[in-house]
Amino acid sequence: MKFISNKIFLFSLAILLIIIFPIIFLRLNPYTVNIVALIGIYLILCLGLNITIGYTGLLDLGFMAFYAVGAYIAAILSTKGISFWITLPICMLAGGLMRYLLGLPLLKLRGDYLAIVTLAFGEIVRLVANNSVSITNGPKGLPRVGEKIMPIHIFSFVFQDNIHFYYLIFFFVIVSIIISYRIEHSRIGRALIAIREDEVAAELSGIGVARIKSVAFVLSGIFGSLAGAIYVHWIGFVSPEMFTFWESVFLVAMIVIGGMGNIFGVILGVFLLVGMPEILRSSLGTVFIDYRMLIFGMLMILIIIFRPQGLIPSKRRALELHTIEKD
Amino acid sequence: MFFQQIVNGLTLGSIYALLALGYTMVYGILLMINFAHSEIFMVGAYCGFWILSILPVLNNYSGFILILVFLATLIISGILAMFIEKIAYKPLRRAPRLSPLISAIGVSIFLQNLIMLSVSFQSLPYPERFEIKQFQTTGIVINSLQIFIFCFAITLMILLHIFIRRTKLGKAMQATSQNHIVSQLMGINVNGIISLTFFIGGGLGGIAGILNGMYYGSIKYNMGFLPGIKAFTAAVLGGIGNIKGAMVGGFILGILEAFSAGYISSENKDVITFLVLIIVLILKPGGLFGEQVTEKI
Repeated sequence: MKFISNKIFLFSLAILLIIIFPIIFLRLNPYTVNIVALIGIYLILCLGLNITIGYTGLLDLGFMAFYAVGAYIAAILSTKGISFWITLPICMLAGGLMRYLLGLPLLKLRGDYLAIVTLAFGEIVRLVANNSVSITNGPKGLPRVGEKIMPIHIFSFVFQDNIHFYYLIFFFVIVSIIISYRIEHSRIGRALIAIREDEVAAELSGIGVARIKSVAFVLSGIFGSLAGAIYVHWIGFVSPEMFTFWESVFLVAMIVIGGMGNIFGVILGVFLLVGMPEILRSSLGTVFIDYRMLIFGMLMILIIIFRPQGLIPSKRRALELHTIEKD
Repeated sequence: MFFQQIVNGLTLGSIYALLALGYTMVYGILLMINFAHSEIFMVGAYCGFWILSILPVLNNYSGFILILVFLATLIISGILAMFIEKIAYKPLRRAPRLSPLISAIGVSIFLQNLIMLSVSFQSLPYPERFEIKQFQTTGIVINSLQIFIFCFAITLMILLHIFIRRTKLGKAMQATSQNHIVSQLMGINVNGIISLTFFIGGGLGGIAGILNGMYYGSIKYNMGFLPGIKAFTAAVLGGIGNIKGAMVGGFILGILEAFSAGYISSENKDVITFLVLIIVLILKPGGLFGEQVTEKI
């Protein structure tokens, strides 16, 4: 019993930290809040993607497509004057539905083929957003000149400053963490992990592999479009070049480096890859920023070779990755 | 218009086919998608760029320069590919299937940023060492570069085919792609053959990079991504692991791209390629000519 209360204690401590963090830092450097809010957006994205990559073991190289879907739908609806609280569920629904439809033919594919198909899908979404000027305003992005993204209201309170969005984003981050945690320790989560470890054995144990995979896939998509919808309301702008293939790879890198299938690992990965460069930017100058991707590339290779379970491994995942496959 | 697109398509197709060979050979032997292959293509293009720009003195011996450029690039990009295999893929040979793919993506990020930081983040004009002649007949314009690319690619493919079918090393490669352990028992140096496969695939990819640079007249650090995906599509189209299939697939894809650029819209030609990739992988993952491969459990 003590263990559980320990967890709850840690969790409330984390929430407290999140709440008081800006109060301390806003005075020192308002930019910090901005970075942490951005980390929050990536946290939602990566926690979502972790359901697909970490738990189910399906490599998704086009996750930014769903971020794009959320962002674009939110931008289009919002410029028409529709409130955020109506837009948000529509975005999540659209993201989930799209991912469901995509998953129908895709989830039957083998791992590396699935990765390539998701890559192709991600690029298609970006190119379509780039080329259908009448809907998305093409490379110039939304909102068009003269249009405006509706601000978010709660009753009479209006979200304007970064700090408001900081709290909004971290509200959703906490929700995402709770959902991730609950999934991991639920029947579905165990089924996902079983599928990851051995699909045939999972099927034989009575898991509806196709259905469960689809559930995981859709959940990820919902997280992605949620993050997109929030981001576009925060920044007030969306354009196709935010959703390149390399952005999707960047998300995968965070999960791989942090630790696939472990919530803490994913959080660490996001902090390392999004937060660290920003912290080091002020101390080491912009040179580091230029070399950042070079270092990430190397890190990805080194980690997958020497520590395939990531910096903070999930226990089961570590076991699996260290088992040598029989020839 | 129709024949003009065929000409353009065959030129593009030659480049894709050369690049696709690298994907298909590596897949045939290691069952992995060598995601960094598109970066070898890019490095190959830069190699050719450097050699062409530091050798203006030899202008009178253009034939000699040409041979030198292609030979040097073949060797450099081949060695690079071997080197990548040794560092990033070999330790993962027994790891789950997705591990080498992730490591390959890491290599890809690394090489792109290395070139971006050490050379330039802008696109560079490709040195034009040779006069390009235009030939015009009944509405079709063909230039000497297009003819050269096509003939050169075909020659390389025939040489590769002969190498694989007729030589001892080629036969060892075929054997290794069927079964590593049995090949080893037959006295084949499997690691050596894998290195050789990467060398040949990488070399051909590098040459494709130069041809691409010459054809479009410019190179950039991220130039490899799209041709890489297209060549992979070509390899899948022809049945991945199947060398003849990759050649045919490359030409099919080049012609498809030329036609969709000419008749549908040039903006959406990449969308069409990606759609083809998705549809082929979903409906016929064994490729158009490949036999249906059943998954081993």
